Formats: sequence, C-alpha cells, structure tokens
Amino acid sequence: MPNENNIDENREKEFREIEITVFRYNPQDKNSTPEYQTYTLEETPGMTLYVALIKIWSSMDPDLSFDFVCRAGICGSCSMVVNGKPRLACKTRTNEFPDGKITLLPLPTFEHIKDLSVDTGNWMNSMSKKVESWIHTKEETDIAALEKPIEPDVAQAVFDLDRCIECGICLASCSTKIMHEDFVGAVGLNRTARFAIDPHDERSDEEFYELIGDDNGVFGCMSLMGCEDHCPKDLPLQTKIAYMRRKMVKV
Amino acid sequence: MKIIYTDALIVGGGLAGLRSAIAAKDKGLDTIVLSMVPVKRSHSAAAQGGMQASLGNTVMGEGDNEDVHFSDTVKGSDWGCDQDVARMFVTTAPKAIRELAAWGVPWNRIGKGPRDVIMNGEKETIVEKDEAHGLINARDFGGTKKWRTCYTSDATGHTMLYAVANEALKRDVEIHDKKEAISIIHEYGVCAGVVVRDLINGDLIAYIAKGTMIATGGYGRIYKQSTNAIICKGIGIAMALETGIATLGNMEAVQFHPTPIVPSGILLTEGCRGDGGVLRDKDGYRFMPDYEPEKKELASRDVVSRRMIEHIRKGKGVKSPNGDHLWLDISILGREHIEKNLHDVQDISMTFNGIDPADEGEKGWMPVLPMQHYSMGGIRTKVNGESTTMKGLFCAGEASCWDLHGFNRLGGNSVSEAVVAGMIVGEYFAAYCEKTHLNANTFTIQNFLEAQEDYLKEILTYDGGVNIFDIKDRMRSIMQEKVGVFRNGKDLEDAVIELEELLKKTKEITVKRKTIGNNPELNEAYRVPKMLKLALCVAKGALERTESRGAHYREDHIKRDDVNWLKRTIATWTNPGDTMPTLSYEEIDISKMEMPPAFRGYGRKDSIILNPLSERRAKEIEKIKETLGNVDRFKIQEELLDFDLPKNYKRKNERVGVGYA
Repeated sequence: MPNENNIDENREKEFREIEITVFRYNPQDKNSTPEYQTYTLEETPGMTLYVALIKIWSSMDPDLSFDFVCRAGICGSCSMVVNGKPRLACKTRTNEFPDGKITLLPLPTFEHIKDLSVDTGNWMNSMSKKVESWIHTKEETDIAALEKPIEPDVAQAVFDLDRCIECGICLASCSTKIMHEDFVGAVGLNRTARFAIDPHDERSDEEFYELIGDDNGVFGCMSLMGCEDHCPKDLPLQTKIAYMRRKMVKV
Repeated sequence: MKIIYTDALIVGGGLAGLRSAIAAKDKGLDTIVLSMVPVKRSHSAAAQGGMQASLGNTVMGEGDNEDVHFSDTVKGSDWGCDQDVARMFVTTAPKAIRELAAWGVPWNRIGKGPRDVIMNGEKETIVEKDEAHGLINARDFGGTKKWRTCYTSDATGHTMLYAVANEALKRDVEIHDKKEAISIIHEYGVCAGVVVRDLINGDLIAYIAKGTMIATGGYGRIYKQSTNAIICKGIGIAMALETGIATLGNMEAVQFHPTPIVPSGILLTEGCRGDGGVLRDKDGYRFMPDYEPEKKELASRDVVSRRMIEHIRKGKGVKSPNGDHLWLDISILGREHIEKNLHDVQDISMTFNGIDPADEGEKGWMPVLPMQHYSMGGIRTKVNGESTTMKGLFCAGEASCWDLHGFNRLGGNSVSEAVVAGMIVGEYFAAYCEKTHLNANTFTIQNFLEAQEDYLKEILTYDGGVNIFDIKDRMRSIMQEKVGVFRNGKDLEDAVIELEELLKKTKEITVKRKTIGNNPELNEAYRVPKMLKLALCVAKGALERTESRGAHYREDHIKRDDVNWLKRTIATWTNPGDTMPTLSYEEIDISKMEMPPAFRGYGRKDSIILNPLSERRAKEIEKIKETLGNVDRFKIQEELLDFDLPKNYKRKNERVGVGYA
C-alpha cells in the first residue's frame, strides 16, 4: 500500500533539502512577538505545502498553527501568502521553487488568529448577508411537483460562477480592500453576478443597486485585476465585476 | 462560567447540520450551529459526483421511482440497512433535490435531442425527450439500475453546501465557527447540551439547549489513507460514546472507495466510471468485466474495491515507489466532456500528479487505489433520528447510524442522505425542541465544564515523553493494515490488542507548551484518545463479526451469514476508565422487511448463508400481492411496510411523462 511518509530509503538520498520560513505570532499571548522561524526538511516527491506543514507540525513544531481541511483545493481553508503571492497552500507544490526557499505569511485583510491561521468564516458570512447571497423569489415551490425547467446553458453559466470557494485570495490581492475595509470584494461582486443571472432569482437591477451600488460595492473596484490573476478557481472576476457595473450604471 | 442558552443546538455545519438548522429556525426556534471550521468548508463540500434522487427525467432514468431507488439502496447495504429508513429516504429525496433547485443549486440540465455518451467503453447516442428539456439531468453511478445521480459537474457537494448555508444565513441561524464540542452534558439520561472548546482562545463554554443534534460527519481519519478531510476525526461520535449512555451502531462498517488518486488519497469521483471511465491494470487491460460481467466498473463500491485488490494480489498491479496501484482511464470520454463534467478531477490530477486525464491513451491514465472513504457506522438512532438510549440527543448525516446504508453505502446516497436527514430528522428534532422545556441544572452544567477543564489540565501534567503524533500515526497504520478492505481474525485480534495499548499510552505523552489556550498540540492530545476509542469499536466489531457483509469482508468467514449475523453491532463505553468498548447486538427483523435478503446481483453469488425466514417472508409478500390484486404500487408498498414522514414529505412525487403514478 502506498504511504506518503515512508518512501523507499535508497531514493531518499536523492532528495534535496528545502527551507520553509514561517511567520510566527500569537496575538493572544502577551509574551509573543512577531518573528520568522525557519524549518529545514527533506523534500519528498510531489510534496505540497500541506504535506510539508503537516510534517513540520507533527515532527518538529507541534505549536505551529495553520488551517487545512480538505487538502484537495476544494474547501478554500488554507489560503496564505507564499513567497509574496496569496495562494492555496494545499495546491502549492514545493518543487515549484527552484532555490528551495519558501516564505509563508498569513492571509492579509482577515483577522489574524495565530501563525498562519486567520478568521475567514465571520467575514464571509457577513459578506454573504450583505449581498443577500440567496435566491429572492415570491414564487412558492411545490417540492413534490416537477422542477422549473432551466436552459442547460444557463444552468452551466450559473454553475461556473457558483464555483467560488470563499478562499479570500481575491481580497488579499485587492488594493481597494486595503482602503475600504467594508469592500465586499470580487467574492461578493461575483456572488451578486451569480444570482443576477440565475433565473430563480427575481431581484431587479434596482434591488442589486441597493446592495452593491456604492464604493463598498461595484464602484470601489479599480480594475487592477489582482483578484482574477490569483483566483485559484480561475473565475472570470473582472468580466463579472464589469457586468455588474454596467448594470448598476444604468440604474 | 460561560454558558450560552438556545432552543436548538446543532453540532456540525455540513449539509445535515445546516439543513436541520433551517428546519428548526423555520419553527421559530433560536438555533445555533457550532462548527470546527467555517461552515462552507465542511467536508460536505468535497462530495463530487452527485446526489441520488429518482426523478427519472433523463431517458436513461426512465421507469425510475422510489421503489427502484429503495431496492438499489437495500441491495447496496447488503440487507444491513433499516428498510423503514430507506423508504423514508427514497420518498423524500426527489423533494430534497427540488427544494435545492429552488434554492439555486445549478443542477446540470437536460438538453432535448440526441447526445453522445460512453457506455461500456463504447460511444453511443441517446435521445432525450422534448418534454424533459431543461429538467434536472442525472448520470450513472455504481450499484444503481437507473441513471439517478444528479450533479453539478463534479462539484456537487460544494454547490449544495453553499445553497444550504446561504439559506441558513438568510434565516439568521447563528453560526459559531472555530468551536469544537468535546463533551455532552446530560442528566438523568437526558441531553442538556455540550461543552465546547473555543479553538481560537481555548476557552471552555457550555452550550445549553432544549435539544442537541450531532451532525459532525464520519471518522475516516482513524485510517492512514482516507479521502476524508482532516477534520473527519469522529469527535462528535466519540463524545456521544463517552457518555456511556448513547450507543454506536455498526462501527466496523467502513467503506473503501475504489478510486482515490495515489499517493495523496484525494478522491476521484465515481462519476468518472459513471460517465464511462474504466479501470485498467499494468498491461492496460480492462479487468472488471472478467470479475463482474453485469455491472463491471459500476458494481457497488465494496465489490469494486475488493476486486481491485484481488487483481493486484494476482500480480496485475502497477509497481510504484508508493506501492502497487491500478489505472483509472477517463481519456476515452474526450476532452470536452472532461473539462465540463469532470473539471475538478482534471484539476486534481494535474495539480497533484502532473497528469492531464484528457490526454489520449496511457499518458492520461490516473493512478488509483481503494482507500477509506465513508463511515456507515455512527450514533445509533431511532427512525426519528433520536439516540435510541439518550433522550434529547439527535443525530443526522454521516455521524449517524440511522441506518440508511447498512454495510455499504451507494455512491450518490451520502449528500442525498445528509440533506434528506436534515429535512426529516431536522423536523422531528425541531418538534422535540418545541415541546421541551429548558431544564438544565446549573450545578450539573458546572460539573461537566469543570470535568473538561480538569481533564485538559491533567493532559498538560502528563510527562512520559511520548509524542502524541506517533501514537496517532501508529493507530492509523494499524487500521490501514489490519482493519482494511480484507480482514481476518488474527490481524483483527492483533489490532484490538495494540489499539488498547495505544489508548493506555495516551497518558504517557508530553505536551510541550503548557497552556490550555490556543494550543494545537493539546488539540491532538484530547482528540487522539477519542479517535482510539472509535478505532477500538471498529476493530472489535470487525473481530466479533464472523461473516462478510457489504464493506466488511472476512477472509476467514467469506460468507454473508443471514442466520447468525443479520444484526447490528451496538457499542457502548460503559465506564470512563474502560479501555475496551462493550458490544451487544440488535436483531434485524426479516419478517417485517419489504424486501427480504437475497443475492445482490453483483459480487459473489455462491457465498450467502440464507436465513429460511427470508424465503418465508418472500412467499408472504407474494401472497399479499396476490390478495391485493390489481392495485397501484403505493397500495402494495403500504401493505408491506408502513412508514411515517413529517410535514408533507410523504406526498407522491411527480415525474415527467408519468405524473404522480
């Protein structure tokens, strides 16, 4: 049976050593000061930052904090700044870095919990409420009856925008977010675009304007495209922000 | 003493927990959902391939209905499931999917006219009906007679979870994340709430409620190789076990999925095979038709996983530094199909293995091997989802042994169960909370809080020098090697002995930083003993069960034994100081079954010890049908097995071209 920790010993000698430098700080501990800590470990084939950090945690430093859940690029938990760029750590392979030196910082713009761990849940929930991230309809659905037919292409288009995993990377890449703390970001604007094209949602452009027609919404975006450049799901964020902006300008 | 009061308390923010929260909130109850992680990051999000519901919209699903879904589910369970629960489930599933559609889940929809599909390795053209245009589509999955698995590409769990979470937010369900429930507060056999550890600052908080629901998912992480998210440690189930009152059912029933990718163990959906992908060996040979001529790659998961290991044991595996594996070939589906319907599979394969599965020929083959995937066992409940032995404690979803899945769950029935149980059990739970008065003694609450505080402080005083991670790794290896796809008495005995030693050894650890505040090592120090207790329930249950049923396969007892073993294993942890669970059994009554035990239609036909009662019940059923004469299927069903559902969930479901028939 395969075993990611137990590679054949003869092969191990061929592996290089890598250095992972991690931002350490526990804001809840009065004696803690922000500092960097460097760990040296052997790189294994196909190693991701998930594999590397779990190895550091379980064999070198059990006090290291980070946030992994699915470790498959699906849940959006493990966003962090990897050599200056916000990325999903679980999808980042260590062999992408030729010098074997990797520096990790917690994701900015979210409340820092400890080391690489940040609080994304509360912000994302409040964003979801702010843009009213749910279907608005006056229609009563009879769930025993046939569902409402939807054009296959339309369902596919909604799905394409529904793939956002709230990882927060678009916010960490966004200059507006640094200036306007309450900016809903590409994640929020993409969400409104998702509902705007969903035939189940009866909201008018005017109603969307009430939610995002200001500097904390669609007019806050400066089109620097950091969000789209870094989105791990390759969502067409700029196009969708522009789509919403065109709609909102008409209101 | 920090105490938070509410009406309905739900531990776990995946599909089952959130859907239950909606049921509670819709009754006007104050509702809190506790979650270790932001709820949209729950493991429900990782479900890829789809949700089973017998809509019968696609031409390949024609003739599907509750009866066919029921029959597939019962066969899949190897007759271990509770047939009342299976009936409740299949009747509600079409409603669940239509509710989700109205909540915006962008289900893949049918386009009328011809389309190409891959079936049995060959391209074929099917023609969708005009009247089905725009209705919810379905794909093929293992162990099903019809194409019944509805999907949003291969991110079905994600879109479902987001829709349900957003509906919960809309209703102002309170969500408290980064909170881990570690102990159940109870008095006189009635659940009063839970003790919670705040994972940000380490604070202990008592959450007190009229009713408490556990919806914390499975325990896959007790295995070394698992597709499960790293939070799937079974802590919610373990704290129920630790009450000494609540019981666990069928913990040895653990599913191994045929196609996680090697070596990371990340799942590649059953949709790969449902859409026409095939398994190949080291010679590129498609071997499954030799073993399972009828269902081939799409027999139930337990059967396919065993056949794969069997084939590897014959020397047909592909050698690699990570051990032997087999190939999953979806390149035959074509790039367009893969990029649209198996998008995440392609992404996973490219990111973690550098293989583009859309590349033609062997270049695109992905290395796969069966690994732990699903926990059929869990907190044993009544049909209404309440613990059989602790009042006021409810359970839904993978954490439960409600018992929809028996000894093997069908693909596509997990997210489906999560939402459907959220509707059904959620409704019963809400009704319980409505009629119950908050009746917790503050003295009791304080005792439970202090007990946990003392326990955490005690852990910090341990000074044996052992690393908790070493104990955890050893446990996971034992489970992998000795309590896996193929099991035998000798290995299981060894496993039980060593797991018990490991449990004792958890008191010999040393936690480096001595704080009960934010302390990730302490988190592991209190979780691992809980995981070990579950591992012992699994191993001991597997050792005692001297038969093979569904995913539980004993090489020294290869037959399914309906005479002696048509029963559920019930585990309790009688005294806190015990180092071994106490097992007992709950009979499954053949005489009340709508579908008495028989051959499943796949797997080995010659290895069943049938109970004479099965034939008797089969004859009785024939007679009932004869006596009823020419009546509709609902009337027959009612005569064979009568079941209840809350709200209007028992209403007939409409189908295209069939109406409400």
